[in-house]
Parts: sequence; C-alpha cells; structure tokens
Amino acid sequence: MSHDHSHGPGAATHAHDAAHDIEHVRQSVRKYLYVFYALGIGTIITVLASFVDFGSRWMNVTIALIIATIKAGLVAGFFMHLISERKLIYSLLTCTFFFFGAMMFIFIWCAQDFPGSEVLKILTTFWR
Amino acid sequence: MEIPYTVKPREDTGLFNGKVGIWLFLASEVMLFGGLFSSYILLRVGAEEGFWPHGWLNVPLGTANTMVLIISSVTVVMAWASLKLNQFSRFKLYQGLTVLCALIFLVIKAFEYTDKFTHYAVLLKDGSYVDGHLVSKTMTADGQTLQSITLHGTVTKDYNQVIDPHKHRKEHHEHKEITVAATNIVRFADVAKLGQRAAFKPVPTMKDQTGSTLMIGNRAPRYNSYTAIYFTLTGLHALHVLGGAIVIAFLWGPGAAMWRTEPERFTNRVETTGLFWHFVDLVWIFLFPVLYLL
Repeated sequence: MSHDHSHGPGAATHAHDAAHDIEHVRQSVRKYLYVFYALGIGTIITVLASFVDFGSRWMNVTIALIIATIKAGLVAGFFMHLISERKLIYSLLTCTFFFFGAMMFIFIWCAQDFPGSEVLKILTTFWR
Repeated sequence: MEIPYTVKPREDTGLFNGKVGIWLFLASEVMLFGGLFSSYILLRVGAEEGFWPHGWLNVPLGTANTMVLIISSVTVVMAWASLKLNQFSRFKLYQGLTVLCALIFLVIKAFEYTDKFTHYAVLLKDGSYVDGHLVSKTMTADGQTLQSITLHGTVTKDYNQVIDPHKHRKEHHEHKEITVAATNIVRFADVAKLGQRAAFKPVPTMKDQTGSTLMIGNRAPRYNSYTAIYFTLTGLHALHVLGGAIVIAFLWGPGAAMWRTEPERFTNRVETTGLFWHFVDLVWIFLFPVLYLL
C-alpha cells in the first residue's frame, strides 16, 4: 500500500476519529490479503482433493463441501465484514439460514422419504 | 425530497439504509440459489447408476475462473478501503480491475459454453456411440433433412465412457474425424423399440428423410439432467456477474462524480455493491466443486 495522504473531500471532520478510522482500515487491508492467500490455497486444496479417492464418492463430496464452507466463511466473515456487524444484520441472517435449512430439509425429505432411497443410503453409510 | 440515512446510520439499527437493503436482497438470493441447489441434489441422487456425468467440464478453466473471482473479491474490497483512506486514484484502479476480472470470467464462461454446445453424441444402429466435437454436417438442399454428420472424437459401445471420461482416462481412445451417414443413425422414436434407454435427448431439428428426429444430441441444457442444472445454475450466476459488473463499471465511470459532492454516500454505494459482489463469489465457491470436480 502506498501512503498517499491527500486531503480530498473524503477527509472526516474530526481529526482524531479520522486517524482512528484510517488505522482500522489499514489493519483490515492486511487481513484482506491474508484471506486472499487462504482462498487461493483453499481452491488448490479443493482441486487436489477431488483427485484423491476418500473411500466413496459421498466422502469426497463431504470433504469438498467442508472446504467450500470454510472458504465461504472467510469471504462472508472478512470481505463482507460479518465478524463485526450490527445486530440487525445477524438477526436477518439467522432468519435466512433458518428458512434456507428448512427449505433444503423439506425438499430433500419429501423427495427421498421412501425405503432404499439414496439419501437414506448415504445417511446409513455415515451412521453405521 | 432527501432520502434519509444514506450516510448517517439510523439510531435504532446503527446502519445506513442501503446496507440493510442489500442484506435483505441477499437473503432472498440465498433462497433462490438454495432452491436450485436442492434441485441439483435431488437430480443427482435420483439419477440412474452410471448416468450422472463426471469430468465433462474443463477443471483448469474452472480453477482459473475461481481464481479470477477471488481476485475480484479482493479488488472490490480494496476499492472500498481506498475510498476510506481517501485515495481516489487507487479506488479507480481497483474498481477498474474488478470490472476487468468480471469480463475475464464471462469470456472464459463463454468459451466453456461454446465447447458444450458443439459437443455431440450420436447413437448408431449397431449400438455404438460416436462422441466428439462437431466438424461439419451436410443437409439436403431444403435444409430439412440430415445427410451426414462429421465429429472429431471417439467411437465406443459403452456409454459409460461418454458419461465418465475421467474414469476411463487411462484407457487409450483414438480421437479422429468420424463421418456418419444419417441412414446409420437410430431414430429417437425407435430407441424404446430396440429395448434401449435414451441416454440423452436429441436435437429436434436433426431429422432424416421421413421427418423423424435422429439420436444426435449436443450438450445443451436439453441433453440430460446434468446439463440442465449446469446451465441453469451457471447461467443464473453469470447473469449476476454481468449485473454486478454493470453497476461496478458505473461507479467506476460516470457514477464516480458523486465522490466530489457526497464522498461518504459514494463510499457507502461502493460498499453495498461490494457486498453483492462477494455474494456472487460465494455462490461460485460452491458451484465450482459441485459441478466441476465431483
């Protein structure tokens, strides 16, 4: 990062607050770069893991989805600032994920609720 | 009339209104893509054994596109941070790079789509499949009847070699130009009569002299459940990339004039579009392994 201290119209009125804000953003920029490296490494791991046989196709799917979830968590947490967000956003997302989970559960349950269905087979291989 | 809380946070929420707005929109987007993901799961687990394709997509291209989106996610957040640090020229650079990444993503996607649309499978009367890219086709003078089709690819009796090239990658398959006369191709209507299962849906316009559709299919959405959900999910995602790119380009170009009059409001606009852009990246993080690798 360059240290371009120009005083354009974006400068905050209170010098103290502005200095604090700028320092906070500087620290965030460093974090963004670490997250970027982590996402790149995560992508490489995902590709490499797909060429390894973890016993069953479903085990490979589970591992790939775990890596994807970690990557998504990094994007949401740091790039979308969810690690330090206001309460209203958290409440909103809690509702979203409740309904998202319910939707997935209901659709898959309805379609696969019969003896010998694929989803039941997958569940029994995990819980054997 | 002035729109309230474009800069100043509301006392009760601590947020400017645009941010609440974009999060509500993203919540609805989660449900939209979630519904399609559940369709993917059901189509996949419901597919007959040996009929779900593996290794149809180009993994290096998909990986490159994943990297392009990750880079754009960093540049979009750096554009916002640059405004916070009062570095407008840096903002212009990062915002421009984001638009460039979006365009690279769409160009790569277009190449991938073209590759799928030109990839054909033909079922011959001796029960074998010709699978490969279209070289040429000859039609009668009126353009209604197919005479012959030439593909660059392989011939096999085992459809599994078509559906799962990854599993059969170690076997030697000679790729060559293969020309097939229309008279040697099974009619779609006859597949069941021959006691076979139509492994793919043919192109309706590929007809013989009796007007019957022949078993010639390209990997368009109609081909099978996999191509249907692949084009639906990636097509919807690509539309999001396009829409996001248009807004980001606007804020990079004419929209940037607001920086001179209302810098904080402009910074908030950049943050809001950034949130949308990260969501687009987030969806791709799941689409890539699910469609390309598994």
